Amino acid sequence: MSTTTKEINVGDVGARAEAISDGSRMALNVGPSHPTTHGVLRLLMELDGDTITNCEPVLGYLHRGDEKIAENMTYNQFVPYTDRLDYLAPLANNVAYAITVERLAGIELPPRCEAIRVLISEMARISSHLLGMGVFGMDAGAWTPFMYTFTEREKLYTLFEELTGARFTTSYTRIGGVARDLPEGWLPKVEKFVDELPKAIDEVEKLLTRNRIFLDRTEGIGTISKNDALAYGLTGPNLRACGIDLDLRKDKPYSGYENYEFDVPIGTKGDCYDRYLVRIEEVRQSILIIKQVIASMPGGLWYAEDAKKIFAPPKEKIMTNMEELIQNFMIVTEGPQIPAGETYFEAENPKGALGFYLVSKGGGVPYRLKIRAPSFCNLSILEKLVPGHMLSDITVILGSLDFVMGECDR
Amino acid sequence: MISNDVGYNSKVEGEVVVTRADAVINWIRKHSVWPMPMGLACCAIELMASAASRYDISRFGMEVMRFSPRQSDCMIVAGTVTYKMAEVVRRIYDQMGDPKWVVAMGACASTGGMYRSYAVMQGVDNVVPVDVYVSGCPPRPEALLDAMMKLQGKIGSESAVKNLSKEPEEIGVS
Amino acid sequence: MIDDDFVKSLLGSRGYLSFKHRDDCLTLSCPPKHLLEFCKFLRNEETFDLLTDLTAIDHGENASPRFSVVIHLYSLIHKSYLRIHVCCDDDNSPSVPSVSEIYPGANWHEREAYDMFGVKFSDHPNLKRILMWDDYPYFPLRKDFPLAGIEVPLPAADVAEVTGASVDPAPMMGGPFVSPGQGRMSEAEPSAKDESWTETFEKPL
Repeated sequence: MSTTTKEINVGDVGARAEAISDGSRMALNVGPSHPTTHGVLRLLMELDGDTITNCEPVLGYLHRGDEKIAENMTYNQFVPYTDRLDYLAPLANNVAYAITVERLAGIELPPRCEAIRVLISEMARISSHLLGMGVFGMDAGAWTPFMYTFTEREKLYTLFEELTGARFTTSYTRIGGVARDLPEGWLPKVEKFVDELPKAIDEVEKLLTRNRIFLDRTEGIGTISKNDALAYGLTGPNLRACGIDLDLRKDKPYSGYENYEFDVPIGTKGDCYDRYLVRIEEVRQSILIIKQVIASMPGGLWYAEDAKKIFAPPKEKIMTNMEELIQNFMIVTEGPQIPAGETYFEAENPKGALGFYLVSKGGGVPYRLKIRAPSFCNLSILEKLVPGHMLSDITVILGSLDFVMGECDR
Repeated sequence: MISNDVGYNSKVEGEVVVTRADAVINWIRKHSVWPMPMGLACCAIELMASAASRYDISRFGMEVMRFSPRQSDCMIVAGTVTYKMAEVVRRIYDQMGDPKWVVAMGACASTGGMYRSYAVMQGVDNVVPVDVYVSGCPPRPEALLDAMMKLQGKIGSESAVKNLSKEPEEIGVS
Repeated sequence: MIDDDFVKSLLGSRGYLSFKHRDDCLTLSCPPKHLLEFCKFLRNEETFDLLTDLTAIDHGENASPRFSVVIHLYSLIHKSYLRIHVCCDDDNSPSVPSVSEIYPGANWHEREAYDMFGVKFSDHPNLKRILMWDDYPYFPLRKDFPLAGIEVPLPAADVAEVTGASVDPAPMMGGPFVSPGQGRMSEAEPSAKDESWTETFEKPL
């Protein structure tokens, strides 16, 4: 069939109609399907030659209705949907959601469960930053770092598969604990991976960090000032690259982060190069945290034993005792019984601060769950940031902001 | 002289292979499928992993991921298709040159997956004709490679020469 | 520090605020007409310069006030959050002043609250839909809107003409499989209660 041509109303394209019609500006649509956009983001731009004068992002191409779905699912049934928010670090999203609900229910977790959650959050952070930096290099024109970082990520996928059963989209946490204990012999494998990782990071750094072309493309591009960053709600590495010291793992520690020693890299100028350097250094700090967790992994249970109506008892008891059988039935069919109230919790995800605002009216199904997505807030700065740059800087700016449309549109 | 060799005997027939045009055309097409990755959501990450070094899609000649629809053969719809995005998928499909195939990768592209909500199109086959469906959430890269091999099998059985002179509507492509 | 003295002085100086609770963070309730002044004060005097979240809640068709807007602020100095509930006056066309002048990051959050709930923000520079397409006629997160959706035509008319697709309600197959928790055991089990319609068999009218 022949392609249809469409009548375009010039006023629709984010560019001012009078400027287009008198020829001084050009309208350009960087459409939802484009290799440089990390997912389906549409940019309506107005160009003066090669310089961008106006930019309007259009979202919503991946809006799947997660918040409405949450109002119809029990708390544990919603865990797979949290995987698919930031699908580069699914374990971190699982942990953030579980902690939110546990805070509302007032459950205390045993130390082993908290240590496992810290371990998987940091592994998810490494996985996300590796992909972010690989794809950032690819956006700037370098194919090889992408291949190197993906090889390391495949090793991580093997570890995740042994732990949870899936390469990513793990759905590993439950309200009140994690789904199963660590398998035998898994921790030494993680330690071996983490011992070999610095060499791979060094190889990527050798290719990119002092590369003349990379420096020319990223230094001084996409500079965000401190005031702008705070005003637009940026969090995570994007905020820290501007020079603001906000890391929720240090400022409001959760899940036992206060027991581990690590540094938080802070940038100085807030340009694309600083954001890249902050992420590379965060991977190295995550390696340190993982080593500490493995060295000090406590024994004990991986779930909260006294969370009677919330966490299903272990299978041996369900198959033999009446009370545990009934408890399991109620938790699976009606959902974990969370008391009425509201709570807001933010976790330090690789992309920024992932927040869950939960309003419960009692029962096993939430009344309202709002997902505060870091990528949504990180992208809101594009309208202010992009004008004034050249067209070819777009790919580098988008790559350095490292956003994911799955959580942006939910 | 009866030749006992399978195929042909080059001393008798020279360096010539005699076969049907269909077989040659299909053989060329199926071993150089250039995918157009419509990477929408999480399945796109598994698509990228199948193009990386562990699951090397380049063994099949498919590492040439062309984002321009004019230069590609097969659109791999990887991820959830929302109603807002459906129009874009269809327009890009229209711009691809014939012959073209579509692989619906993952549960969301095949039937809407676990997202039964107001904003998700329950399967991309509502807007484009799909040749191969891959199940999984996300499908492993091996599953995607198996689907591409099945697509190769499907291409191999097309009647290419007859289709060359027909309009796309007659073949049932659009 | 957010301690009792801070709360007391805040409530004392501003009579229109009311204290709700301090379970996980300080939660206050503020009427719409004083919201802008309160936010300016919080940002300039009390260092709450990071707006982390702005959203709306629908309390149900029978509740009054039906909609309320919830704002979360974070202060790097106090290292804590502050939650503000703002109840919308009108139940049928709810409206609240926009804080995007004070916190530019609220711009997109307010557009999303308008898109999902229909809450209008006065003086917003660009109040149009952000997640659904511009012509979508409903507000999806309201309690009276079904999860499966309501049938509307596909936003692109030429594609709809060629393919015959439209925005259909998703086939629920009697799901989602959650038990209501009340009633007799045979009714309270999460079975497919309404199996009369699926993708192949149309829903009987």
